[in-house]
Amino acid sequence: MITIKNYVSVDTVEEAYDLNKKRNNQVLGGMCWLKMMNKDVNTAIDLSKLNVKSIDEDETCFRIGAYVTLRELEMSTSFNEYTNGGMKKAVEHIVGVQFRNCATIGGSIWGRFGFSDLLTFFLSLDAKVELYPTGIVSLKEFRDMKVNNDILLSVIVDKKPLKVAYQTIRNQSTDFPVLACACSNVDGKYNTAIGARPGKAMLVEDDNNILAEVNEETIKAYSEYVMNRVDTISDSRASGEYRKRMVKVLVSRCMKEMEGI
Amino acid sequence: MEIKIKLNGKLIKEDVDAGTLLIDWLRAHKCFSVKRGCETSNCGLCTVFVNDKPVLSCSVLVARANGCSVTTLEGLQKEAEEFGAYIANEGAEQCGFCNPGFMMNAIAMFRENPDPTDDEIRAYLAGNLCRCSGYEGQLRGIKKYLQYKKGE
Amino acid sequence: MAEFKTITKPVMKKDAMQLVTGKPVYTDDIINQDCLIVKLLRSPHASAIIESIDTKIAQKVPGIEAIYTYKDVPQVRFSNAGQTFPEASPYDHQILDQRVRYVGEPVAIIAGESEAACLKAMKLIKVKYQVLEPVFDMHTAKDNPILVHPEENWRTLSYDFYKSDNKRNLVSHEEDSHGDLEKAFAECDEIVEHTYHCKANQQAMMETFRTYCEIDTYGRLHVISSTQIIYHVRRIVSNALQIPKSKVRVTKPRIGGGFGAKQTSISEVYPAFVTWMTKKPSKIIFTRKECQIAGSPRHEMEMKIRVGATKDGHIKAIDLYVLSNSGAYGDHGPTTVGLAGHKSIPLYTGGMEAHRFTADVVYTNIQSAGAFRGYGAPQGIFALESAVNELAAKLNIDPIKIREMNMLKEGMHMDAYFHEDATACALDRCMEKAKEMFDWDNKPDCVDLGNGKVRSKGVAMAMQGSCISNLDVGSATVRLTEDGGYLLVIGAADMGTGCDTVLSQILAECMDCDVDDVEVMSADTDFSPYDSGSYASSTTYITGMATYKAGMKLKEQILKISALKLNKPIEELTMESKEVVAPDGQSISLVDIATASMCFNDIPTTVTETHTSPVSPPPYMVGMVEIELDKETGEVEVKDYVGVVDCGTVMNENLARVQTEGGIVQGIGMALMENVTYTKKGAIFEESLMNYKIPTRLDMGVLRTAFESSYEESGPYGAKSIGELVIDTPCPAINHAIYNAIGKFLYEVPFTPEKIVMAQDE
Repeated sequence: MITIKNYVSVDTVEEAYDLNKKRNNQVLGGMCWLKMMNKDVNTAIDLSKLNVKSIDEDETCFRIGAYVTLRELEMSTSFNEYTNGGMKKAVEHIVGVQFRNCATIGGSIWGRFGFSDLLTFFLSLDAKVELYPTGIVSLKEFRDMKVNNDILLSVIVDKKPLKVAYQTIRNQSTDFPVLACACSNVDGKYNTAIGARPGKAMLVEDDNNILAEVNEETIKAYSEYVMNRVDTISDSRASGEYRKRMVKVLVSRCMKEMEGI
Repeated sequence: MEIKIKLNGKLIKEDVDAGTLLIDWLRAHKCFSVKRGCETSNCGLCTVFVNDKPVLSCSVLVARANGCSVTTLEGLQKEAEEFGAYIANEGAEQCGFCNPGFMMNAIAMFRENPDPTDDEIRAYLAGNLCRCSGYEGQLRGIKKYLQYKKGE
Repeated sequence: MAEFKTITKPVMKKDAMQLVTGKPVYTDDIINQDCLIVKLLRSPHASAIIESIDTKIAQKVPGIEAIYTYKDVPQVRFSNAGQTFPEASPYDHQILDQRVRYVGEPVAIIAGESEAACLKAMKLIKVKYQVLEPVFDMHTAKDNPILVHPEENWRTLSYDFYKSDNKRNLVSHEEDSHGDLEKAFAECDEIVEHTYHCKANQQAMMETFRTYCEIDTYGRLHVISSTQIIYHVRRIVSNALQIPKSKVRVTKPRIGGGFGAKQTSISEVYPAFVTWMTKKPSKIIFTRKECQIAGSPRHEMEMKIRVGATKDGHIKAIDLYVLSNSGAYGDHGPTTVGLAGHKSIPLYTGGMEAHRFTADVVYTNIQSAGAFRGYGAPQGIFALESAVNELAAKLNIDPIKIREMNMLKEGMHMDAYFHEDATACALDRCMEKAKEMFDWDNKPDCVDLGNGKVRSKGVAMAMQGSCISNLDVGSATVRLTEDGGYLLVIGAADMGTGCDTVLSQILAECMDCDVDDVEVMSADTDFSPYDSGSYASSTTYITGMATYKAGMKLKEQILKISALKLNKPIEELTMESKEVVAPDGQSISLVDIATASMCFNDIPTTVTETHTSPVSPPPYMVGMVEIELDKETGEVEVKDYVGVVDCGTVMNENLARVQTEGGIVQGIGMALMENVTYTKKGAIFEESLMNYKIPTRLDMGVLRTAFESSYEESGPYGAKSIGELVIDTPCPAINHAIYNAIGKFLYEVPFTPEKIVMAQDE
């Protein structure tokens, strides 16, 4: 059980960062996971007053504030238009509407959870995260960064020509995925993110240009390539062996969905 | 810390512990319709509205609800009786323990989408677990209620 | 069939509007909130001896009232199982014990002013364990040199029947047979033989275990608990605390689901002990995690079955051996296993010449099992019905046809069911109806949908009981009230299933009045007449009959008073809805009779009747399922489930339908997703609803139900039971559909996508 002594709704990101330097202080997200932690928090840091609650769009990018809820992402017309409805697909299986009204993108991405649909999906979009004070870094880089005292302010998705497809396998409809797969083509470049391996999502790029030409055969070759590049292990939901085989199945299906084959 | 919350229409100003979860605060304020069924944000029993949005009160700090309006089934008795009668007419309430959370989320759905398809109903309410009814009776009740609302 | 006025009708549950509007009617809503909070320190080890336990520092935490260890509690053993005395289950529990036998077993009871204080104190209790080697594998548990219960004060009250022996890790052993088994098998052309496995499913009722205790005006212990078994809880608390039963009162408010979980006393003894010692009110509310790791789940069972038939499909012999894992304690162990055989094998009474049913139930160092809807029958039926489907496939006979040829029919003598006769059985009509609703004959076994998915169908039958014959007792007290209505007082526990309402309907039918004229009050050991409790599907059949008898008796009393008041011979009088009438048209209203009963009257208008039964007439069901299966990923989606039930006369159409639907969905959960796995140390991984997944409304497809009623003369207005039966068909029916999809049967539930993919490789 988490205990919290003080609660501060900060006025500036500097204030948040200063508070967050203390080891027993904690930035709040949607509280869905945090409340299960066994931690005695001295000061809980609420970012609500910062510019973190909206999805802002201009000609070049989407800036999704850290406190934007999963439900807001699911319902965002413009972001779903941009992602072919992929955003909705990536979150609609997460527990339920009420949960998604609580959980935030900031919390989900910051946690870099293995089971995360969001990390998988946004990795495939070549997204970036806005950190204070570190600045803007790619999500791919952030995924491997050590947990530090930075404040995650937003997730940024640059507008580029995009195709994306998202599929998962679950033992039960609102459970964590047994495997999550997002295939994308961002500005002409193919990527695949595989999550719930069950480790945190991995990004596999088409380095060997297998998909120079896209057809049934190259998709098959590509899905095998991704399968061989991805590590999977066993947990209570499925074995590593099963997951590995499913990488190939889901990559192939996502590619076909994306390319209309 | 001091908070101001409009609970079921009534303004409450109070000093609370920073770590208090909304569910516990609500039960302490005699909103006993708010139930806890898990500790992992999975069951939907504790659903209440914060600024008219259905949320899990087990996953919201009361401090975060500061300045908001909070609604529980105690504050929606008229709708609960009207819609609830359709659930009761199917016998679908069964043990009733999941019912308040289910009623809250169903009411939220009606407000957001007054004419949902069966699949939309299932999807919107997927986060409301019920171990007794097998869900089918709840679906029947919802559909009959919506039919009645259309004719109203 | 007779026309009924009240029963069969879809009457709204008497408590329904209170429940749907969220009124405070459950344990934690109605109690004194200013009470001690009780928390339990639990063992991290599957098997250990407490070498030392130091609570001195913990006691000093502000707000802590008391901390108890094994040294503080009575050193006597009792059973937690809610069963009629003398219990079948062994006396193997203590409130706290120096030896711990599973991960999660209570080690200390902490009582304090707040949860925070209790949790703080919990961290400060110092326990030194001597960790022992546990017994995890149920296959090697029997006669293993490592004993789960080596203690000398372990005892059984039922050795003659169950052969329970703690020195063999044996909770029970059972054998039952008829006919010349080997001869019958020798005459078979095809024999299917497999071992099937069911895991320890959790009831996962939405309201976790919880109990509040206080000392009443007379210095007695008042236990308010979410339980199905008030009278058994009174005995268990009395046994545990070593205080007279008369000093204990148990009441049950509304309960948030039970499904058998609350047929074991899981949470009661801890606050009971705290309150008895401190004389202060206290409560315990189990967390979901506690519910998952220290509750009373379904017994894990392994069924080794042989089913033999001639090549034309005549099923001649069934041989079933069941190994059941009772875990650390024997609660419901000896009895659940019996249903795996007794409630499956008789389905094929039709042509069966011989059967044998053998069972062993063993102790291991995991969470103790208990009662869960179906009580052993789902396990046995999963094995038998899967085997019959496999047999039909091997013989190339339609699976419906092989059932029609061999199934139990009305009037048959059931050698495998305690030699009872099938007095009321519409299993054949259930099959016919299901076939028609499902359109079985026009649906191919399997259709390729072209996208890697196939659509396929499956079928299974089931039976259950309607009570525990020669054992269960139900009673009802009926009173004529001042306004000419009735008060019905029962000891059965409505857990949401609606027995308060169904019993009121029975009384209303009997008294020819409206259900609204019946008020009902239930489950208080001080006021309710004795009832064994709500389990074994017995409430409608047993307590319903007691209610009927009480109604008939009260009618006589009413006529007696009327005879005096009207000055007519009693034989001439007839009771109509609201009055008693003489042939000459003179009449007296029930209100006037009630009024007369309170003035210079010695004819009681409160009567109590009790009922029991020498038989347990089975209800029957046929389930048919259509699934879509993704051959590449192994994912299964239930599209359509048809369930046709013979529960005798349907008492309340709505409640029976919802029971059926709820049972089917629980069965779907058992078949497809509800899993229990253990760490190497024996801890349960699925200790939350995050990891123990039960079906949501996206996991169940469309359910269609219907009733084909037989009429059971020994039940109230022809009723049998329904509560448990309805969970039995999904596992084997879905297994059959999977076979039709991939050509392979599975032998272990749940049928996860992975198992389905891997099975195709074999």
